[in-house]
Amino acid sequence: MNSPEAGRAAEPQPQRRVRELVERGLRRRYRAERRFRAYGLAAAVSGLLFVGFLFLSIISTGYTAFVQTTIRIDIRFDPELIDPQGSRDEDTLYSADYSGVLKQSIRERFPGVEGRRELRQLYGLISEGASFDLRDLVLGDPGLIGETREFWLLASDDIDQLVKGKIDRDLSEDQRVVSDLQLGWLDELTADGRVERRFNRVFFTAGDSREPEQAGVLGAVVGSFLTLLVTLLLSFPVGVAAAVYLEEFAPANRFTDLIEVNINNLAAVPSIVFGLLGLAVFIQFFGVPRSAPLVGGLVLTLMTLPTIIIASRAAIKAVPPSIREAALGMGASQVQVVAHHVLPLAMPGMLTGAIIGMARALGESAPLLMIGMVAFIADIPGSLTDPATALPVQVFLWADSPERAFLERTSGAIIVLLAFLLVMNAAAVILRQKFERRW
Amino acid sequence: MQTSTLILVLLVLTVLAYQLGRARSLRVAGGARGARKLHSLPSHYGFLTAIWCGLPALVVVLGWQMLDHRIIADQVIAAMSTDVQALSEGELSLVLNDVRNIIAGNVSADAVSPEVAAAAGHWQRLDSLSRTAVAVLAFCVALAGGWVTVRRITPTLRARNRVEQVVRWALMGCSLIAILTTIGIILSVLYESLQFFRLVPVTEFIFGTQWSPQMAIRADQAGSSGAFGALPLFAGTALIAFIAMAIAVPVGLFSAIYLSEYASRRFRAITKPVLEVLAGIPTVVYGFFAALTVAPLLRGLGESLGLEVASESALAAGLVMGIMIIPFVSSLADDMITAVPNAMRDGSYGLGATRSETIRKVVLPAALPGIVGGVLLAVSRAIGETMIVVMAAGLSANLTANPLEAVTTVTVQIVTLLVGDQEFDSPKTLAAFALGLVLFLATLMLNIIALHVVRRYREQYE
Repeated sequence: MNSPEAGRAAEPQPQRRVRELVERGLRRRYRAERRFRAYGLAAAVSGLLFVGFLFLSIISTGYTAFVQTTIRIDIRFDPELIDPQGSRDEDTLYSADYSGVLKQSIRERFPGVEGRRELRQLYGLISEGASFDLRDLVLGDPGLIGETREFWLLASDDIDQLVKGKIDRDLSEDQRVVSDLQLGWLDELTADGRVERRFNRVFFTAGDSREPEQAGVLGAVVGSFLTLLVTLLLSFPVGVAAAVYLEEFAPANRFTDLIEVNINNLAAVPSIVFGLLGLAVFIQFFGVPRSAPLVGGLVLTLMTLPTIIIASRAAIKAVPPSIREAALGMGASQVQVVAHHVLPLAMPGMLTGAIIGMARALGESAPLLMIGMVAFIADIPGSLTDPATALPVQVFLWADSPERAFLERTSGAIIVLLAFLLVMNAAAVILRQKFERRW
Repeated sequence: MQTSTLILVLLVLTVLAYQLGRARSLRVAGGARGARKLHSLPSHYGFLTAIWCGLPALVVVLGWQMLDHRIIADQVIAAMSTDVQALSEGELSLVLNDVRNIIAGNVSADAVSPEVAAAAGHWQRLDSLSRTAVAVLAFCVALAGGWVTVRRITPTLRARNRVEQVVRWALMGCSLIAILTTIGIILSVLYESLQFFRLVPVTEFIFGTQWSPQMAIRADQAGSSGAFGALPLFAGTALIAFIAMAIAVPVGLFSAIYLSEYASRRFRAITKPVLEVLAGIPTVVYGFFAALTVAPLLRGLGESLGLEVASESALAAGLVMGIMIIPFVSSLADDMITAVPNAMRDGSYGLGATRSETIRKVVLPAALPGIVGGVLLAVSRAIGETMIVVMAAGLSANLTANPLEAVTTVTVQIVTLLVGDQEFDSPKTLAAFALGLVLFLATLMLNIIALHVVRRYREQYE
């Protein structure tokens, strides 16, 4: 073969022009091809970057919520303040002035501080909730009265933020919430080895609070758990039953079509509309108590039903017809075929669908806002009719709070929420890989 | 007796009835060896007895549960003085609330008038009477149902067929819940909306440009005109949804194209699940991200460019909503692109087309109906999305097309109107239901069109 140059030279004029045109066109087309491919890659990579940025920003603001600054103070349990009569009576001990005990002990650590304003700043180092901890300590061991012991007490939220470096101490005093005096005291305590960052136990064991350092997610976690319990107990049996009916028993007619259209459409109805339904039907009409996990569970049941029905139908469809035919051939009735053969074989797929539906329900907050699960609730709910809130709603509530320390706690609660979702989705994946049979 | 204990007792009775029915069937057949003379398995006779024992009694309990509060309330009011009976409906419900509060122990009986205290006593007497009555009734029904069925058990009783008939009806009942839910949604939003439209004309609601739903409590109060023109809300919703789609459609579509047509198997195996993580993140997390990370970022960026960006700009909310919708668009588009038969691609390559030309001129046009359907579903999701806009978009209705300003949306207004205490006769609360109706109808329309298009498309290549 000739080399292209030699061939080109031998070509007559018009042919050469055509070839040049085609080659120029080819270059253009290949450039377009590369551009198109680059757009695609850029889109995929930007999607990945969004994920990375989202997680990075949440985790970087949130991980500090899991530690909490504590300050070691020598507490003198002054009998004069706690139990002047010496009766050791439970009521007296319960209602005693522990805040006074705390303040007195702090004053004794910094004897030079005087004046109302300065003293208030001094007391502001320690969380107001610390006096309740002292009360519980004394109630648990009345022998403490009259003694002096060292205790690690929760620092107040602003001090906590300062120690974590979220408040810039180089700002001028009028621009930061921690005053110069407080800074001085804090440095003194730090130099003394009396300031330490510890694992934030309160965050996992307490309900909501107006004070960030005493606020925890347990109340919301329990509320979410109760709500999901109702959702699971209602939506799984009903969803499976509906799927069985549609796949195994429903005659092919317009009525069945109507049901199917409804299910597909409900899967795409905005969740807030389910909240309106819950408000008007469950609360207004049936009188279910507001703000309770029961009504939250009912609303989420209606919302997750389509997901579970669709997943269960797919699982039932995957069971090969030969199994049904074999059972029918052995003389089983249709109900027996379903109960003894189809359901057990389809169960892993149905459970996977149920877990995914539950994960969606766990992250849902808009319908819960409608039915009053947004109230400030400090107690941990104990039953299905207690007022409660849910984990995502707690995130919403904290995100609205003005205190700076709630910012990291919001991110912390999000991390807890995402951890739960991760566990649920991982369970679904494992279930699918382990038990789902390919026919 | 508490309803829960009553139901528990009924459950125990049902289990007993099962055992009884099973034993009885064996006895009439003449022991375990005669079981083959029975028409059905002994357990079917057991189930039949259990059903007749438990089901009617359960219906009685639940039906009573739904009605008894109303009946008791009527009785209590009828026993009170004529002054009370002459009160309007709203005031009556206040009186009843007092009564309930006394019973719940929230209010001491000394704090209210003697008549209300007496009514509370009356209520409690009626309540305990009603509980006893329903317990007795349910017992009787359960025992009678169980007994009659046990008596009727003979070897020729077609127990299995009857049990299976009940099972079929129960299964169908469960699938009817989907229809009931739709009806419930329509009725609940429609009923309140009609009441709203009695107070505010439909045309004013849809075409009015003033939205300030705060009603004046006093006549001379300033700034509370109570205007219900929802046009700014629709515009705000459309603006944010448009921004979201402007992000989600190109990114989602191009990443779907890249992943299905170009990417190596390994890149696809990693990227696809990671992108799908975006779909599993709760929307409240996106809202937090939009309000506390993206909005300040955009504001700072705008300042450095000399632009004024509102801290609750439509852009921040729309941008984050777009990110949320990316996986939705990309997975649907991916499905549609892989559904295009390979023969069409091969034909195009055979004619000398490059890959991008094949995609643009052959694959995409073939997949277009499906992709359009997917995008419509995504739009319906964008306009119904709540938490992101509640946390990151504004509250004041603002008729503007400038994405840097704050706008409000339909869902934000529903939430702000309904969170907190509600009275069901104020137009403020009812307006939320009217907005809900609009939202439901809009998404319903989009969903129906989209599902129809997607289904038609799937059938085309199957």
